[in-house]
Amino acid sequence: MSANIRKIIVQVDEIRQEMGRPVSPPTRRALAMAVIANPYAGRYSENLDELIAIGEELGALLGQKCVHALGIEPGQAQSYGKAAIVGEAGELEHAAALLHPKLGAPLRLAVEKGAALVPSAKKRGGMGTTIDVPLGHKDAAFVRSHFDAMEARVSDAPRAQEIVVAVVVTDSGRPLPRIGGLQVQDIQGQDGLR
Amino acid sequence: MIEIRRVFTQVEEIFHEFGPVPAQPLLRGAIGAVLTNPYAGRYEANILPMMDALQDVGIDMARRLLAAMGVPAERIATYGKGAIVGEHGELEHGALWHVPGGYAMRELLGWKGDREAYKSGQVDDKPTGQPANALSIVPSTKKVGPPGAALDLPLTNINASYVRGQFDAMEVRVPGSPLPDEIVFILAMTTGYRIHARVGGLRAEDISQWNGLR
Repeated sequence: MSANIRKIIVQVDEIRQEMGRPVSPPTRRALAMAVIANPYAGRYSENLDELIAIGEELGALLGQKCVHALGIEPGQAQSYGKAAIVGEAGELEHAAALLHPKLGAPLRLAVEKGAALVPSAKKRGGMGTTIDVPLGHKDAAFVRSHFDAMEARVSDAPRAQEIVVAVVVTDSGRPLPRIGGLQVQDIQGQDGLR
Repeated sequence: MIEIRRVFTQVEEIFHEFGPVPAQPLLRGAIGAVLTNPYAGRYEANILPMMDALQDVGIDMARRLLAAMGVPAERIATYGKGAIVGEHGELEHGALWHVPGGYAMRELLGWKGDREAYKSGQVDDKPTGQPANALSIVPSTKKVGPPGAALDLPLTNINASYVRGQFDAMEVRVPGSPLPDEIVFILAMTTGYRIHARVGGLRAEDISQWNGLR
């Protein structure tokens, strides 16, 4: 079954200056969120296939929304992350069903390649709960300049029977990275780590 | 004087709120520009130079917001604006946004009035049929707040403030901003009626007075 989506929110955060210094080019992070009905709200279900299928659908939809909002080619995406906030009538495992089995493959298609793990976070919460979506470079998880997080929140979601699913895609790292580590130009991009 | 540190855009598509799903979702968009507050930390009697300097910022933000929403200007039905002033500023600094923010959107949406006349306090709307578009005052809110403070932007119809089904508000916040020496200036636009509007009142198609109210 396809997701019953109440709303979709897309945000773009463009940072041009930090501590009085220009950020050139500006860093840009796009966040796409879908507020969906939780088909398993209020009951225990051993099987979570419906949410797994919805996760696959949202991986493509939200990934494409982010890339479109940034106005970039898929190959220009640099880092990504995902998260879910489960409403009060759901359980943490529902977020896991959305995020882990099938969301990643279509998201990687949307950003081209994506050898690295998609970092994730999940929690249960009420309306307006914030979640920090962890970010990592899409082809090499150890790229230190791209470790980051973006705050996600929907003022009127999740209601008890809902789940907020969030995907973040960026075309950049942190604004003024200067703590060393693996650099983008040194990525091998094979094992997803370096 | 103008130093834009950050630009934050948000577009929301609302498909339903547990009622019948309309053919077209409601689109609500907001853009927040995080600027350095040149008057932070002191009382400055004359802050009007900033108001003039903000005009181009407003125009650029209005255009960016419309582009992010991906709809033609003709589909914009409501608007609103606001400002969140960081800790070292005062509420009056947020008030600098009234003219440059409001008129940037109104001109983009087809307003034909005289911005200078408005600034000097002269009445410039002479209603005879529909003289132009974007006749309504742009409703606003403002506050002094910490980083990540949320502001509810009121929204009303661009031609007649009394269109009841389009009274709405949109919560906007920029995580991490404003810092004490910053101001977040915000614009918002939507494509119209609340998703399941059904409490009666004036409809947009029944606007007749073209005075910005009814």
